[in-house]
Amino acid sequence: MLAKSQAKWFFLGGTTLFSAAFLALTVDSLGQVAGRSHEAELSESAIRGKMIWDHNNCMGCHTLLGEGAYYAPELTRVVERRGKEWMRLFLHDPEAMFPGQRRMINYHFTDAQIDDVIAFFDWIGKIDTNGFPPRPDITAAAAGPGAAPPSAMLAAAPATFKTVCIACHTVGGQGGRVGPALDDVASRYTPEKLDSWLADPASVKPGTAMPKLGLSPAVRSELTQWLLHSKVSP
Amino acid sequence: MKYSSQRIAYLFFATSMLLLSLQIIYGFVMAFAHMGYDVLHPAIAFNTARATHTNLLVVWLLSGFMGAAYYIIPEESERELWSPRLAVVQWAALVVVGVTAIIGFHFNWWEGRKFLEIPRPLDYLVVVDVLAFLLNIVMTAWKAPRLSTTSIVLIGGLTSAALLYLPGMITFANQVRDSYFRWWVVHLWVEGVWELIMGSILSYLLIKLTGVDREVIEKWLYIIVGLTFLSGILGTGHHYYWIGTPKYWLAVGGVFSALEPLAFLGMAIYSVAMMRKGGRRHPNKVALAWTVGCGIMSFVGAGFLGFAHTIPGVNKWTHGTLVTAMHGHLAFWGAYAMIVLAVIAYAMPQLTGRTLYKGWMPEWAFWTSNIGMIAMTGAFAVAGVAQVYLERKSGLDFLAVQKELEVHFLGLVLAATLFTVGITLYIIIFIRHGLPQLSAVGAGDARADATDEASN
Repeated sequence: MLAKSQAKWFFLGGTTLFSAAFLALTVDSLGQVAGRSHEAELSESAIRGKMIWDHNNCMGCHTLLGEGAYYAPELTRVVERRGKEWMRLFLHDPEAMFPGQRRMINYHFTDAQIDDVIAFFDWIGKIDTNGFPPRPDITAAAAGPGAAPPSAMLAAAPATFKTVCIACHTVGGQGGRVGPALDDVASRYTPEKLDSWLADPASVKPGTAMPKLGLSPAVRSELTQWLLHSKVSP
Repeated sequence: MKYSSQRIAYLFFATSMLLLSLQIIYGFVMAFAHMGYDVLHPAIAFNTARATHTNLLVVWLLSGFMGAAYYIIPEESERELWSPRLAVVQWAALVVVGVTAIIGFHFNWWEGRKFLEIPRPLDYLVVVDVLAFLLNIVMTAWKAPRLSTTSIVLIGGLTSAALLYLPGMITFANQVRDSYFRWWVVHLWVEGVWELIMGSILSYLLIKLTGVDREVIEKWLYIIVGLTFLSGILGTGHHYYWIGTPKYWLAVGGVFSALEPLAFLGMAIYSVAMMRKGGRRHPNKVALAWTVGCGIMSFVGAGFLGFAHTIPGVNKWTHGTLVTAMHGHLAFWGAYAMIVLAVIAYAMPQLTGRTLYKGWMPEWAFWTSNIGMIAMTGAFAVAGVAQVYLERKSGLDFLAVQKELEVHFLGLVLAATLFTVGITLYIIIFIRHGLPQLSAVGAGDARADATDEASN
C-alpha cells in the first residue's frame, strides 16, 4: 500500500505539473483575448461605461457574459436585443418602462454617462463568446405551423416604433404585452389627442403606466401618422 | 483544550455565528424580492442584499478558518500561540474591515465585481490583516517542537489563499481580462486552496474524534489534496467557456471539472471510512456528525452538482441562471459552512469545559439545518431548470419567466425557514456554552477518553 512519502510526492508532483500547464494556457489565452474581444476597439467611452458598471455593482442584479446575479436580465447581447434608442430611454427612468414590475434603481445618469454605458455594452456584444448566450432552440417547434411570419406591416413601421413602442405594445399580434394592443388605435384617437398623449401621457390620464418618453415633435408626428393612417390591419 | 492561547479561537467563532445570522437575514430579503415583495428596495436594493449576503458568507467562513487555525495550530505544534495579543488585534481589525465593507455596500461603496465587492482601500487592510494572522500562525509552527502534516497543509492552504487574493486587486479596462483574473481568486480559492484548509481541519477532527492513527489519516490527506489540485487548477477552465477566452477551455475545463468530484468523493469516503475504522468512541457524537456530514455533503453539493452544471453542453444553457445558485448553496454549505460548524461543535466543549453536545438540541440543529438546506437546493433546482427551459430554450421574456418562478421562491422561503430553525438551535447551544474557561485548559480529550473507558 501507498506510503505517506509517496502520497506527499503525488501531491507535490501533481500540483507542480498542473500549475505549470495552467500558467502556459493562461499565457496563450491572454494573447488571444486581444483579438477575440476586439481590444483595439475598446474606446475611452466604453472604458468609462465599464467603470459605471463596476461602480454601481450592476453585477449584483444582472449577468454579463453570464456572470453576476440572477435577478435582472442577462446583458451580453442587450444592444442587439433592445437597440440603443430603447436603452437610452430605459436608463433615463427604468421604472417608467416597466411600471409595477421588478424595479431597477434610477441612477439619474447624464446623457453622456448613458452613452458610455451603451458604448460598453456595444463593445461587450461583439466579444467572441463561443456562442453564449445560445439562441432559443425549441421556440419554432413549440410555435407550430400557425406561428405568424414577421409581418410586412411592422417592417414598414417607423424606427422608433420598432425599437421602443414594440417593447410594450402589439400590432398584428407582435410585440410586448405590458400595454394595450394598438391595432384599433385609429378608431380611438384623433391626431391631436394622440400627439398630446405621446408628449405627456400623465397629463391626459393621471396615473397611467405609460412613460413620458421625451419624443421629439418630429418623431411624434411620424408615429401618429403611421399609427392612424399608414398602418393597415392585416 | 491544552493551551490557554487556544481561547482566542472563541472570538472568531462568535464572530462567525453573528455574521452567519446576518447572512441568513439578507438571504430572506432576496428571496422575498424574487417573490415580488421588494418592499425594502429603496433601502436595501437587490444588489446590496446580494453583495452583503455573499460577502458575509466569505467573511464568516474566513473568520471560522482563522478561529480553527488558532485552535488547531497550538495543539498540533504542542506550544502556546506565538502572540495572543497580535491575534486579538488581528481579530478586531477583521471585524472593523468587515463591518465597514458591509455598511459601505448600503451606500453604493463597492467594487462591483462578483464576490470581490470589498472596496479597494479596504482590500489593502485585508492584506495587512491576513499577513498578521499568517505571521502568528507561521511563527507558532516554526518554533514548535514538531510540525505535523495537518499543520503543513493548513498553513499551506491559508498562505495560498492570501497570495491568491492579490490577482483580484489588479485593475483591467478589458472585461474579459478582468473576469479572467477574478476567477483566479474565486475559483482557486473555493475549488483549490480552501479545500486544503477544509481537508486539514477534517483530518484534525478525524484524528481527535475517531482515534484512528495519525499516519493513516495524514497519508490520505495528501492523496485528497493532491486530487484537488490535479483537477481543480485546470478545472478553472469551466469559468472560461463563455467569457471571450479561447475555445480549448471547453475541452480542458470540461475534462478537469469532471475530475473535480474525485477530491470530494475522496473526502466523503475518507471521513466515513475513518469513522467506521475508529475504535475510540468520542462522547461528542454531534461533532463527528458535522465532520462526516461535511465530507458527504461536500461531495453532493460541490462535487456532484458542480459536475452536473459544468459539462459544457449543459453549462451553455444553465450558465448565468438560478441553476448556479442551486449548486452554489449546497456546495458552500457542504464543503465550508459544515467544516466550520464541525470545528466549532468540537472546540466549544473543549474551550468552556461544558459538555452541551448531549440531548435533542444538537441533533436537531444538525438535521433541520441539513434538511432545510437540501430542500432549498431543491427549490433553486426547480426554479433554475424552469428558467432554463422557459427563458433560454424557448426565448420567453426575462420578466415574464421570473413571474412564473415566483412560486418556487415561496418553496425556497419555507425551506429556508426550516434551515433557520436548525441554525438558531446551533447558535443557542453556542451561546449556552458561555465563554472559554481557564479551568478547561489541560483537560483536553483526556476527559473524553475517561468517559469512554467508563462506558466500556
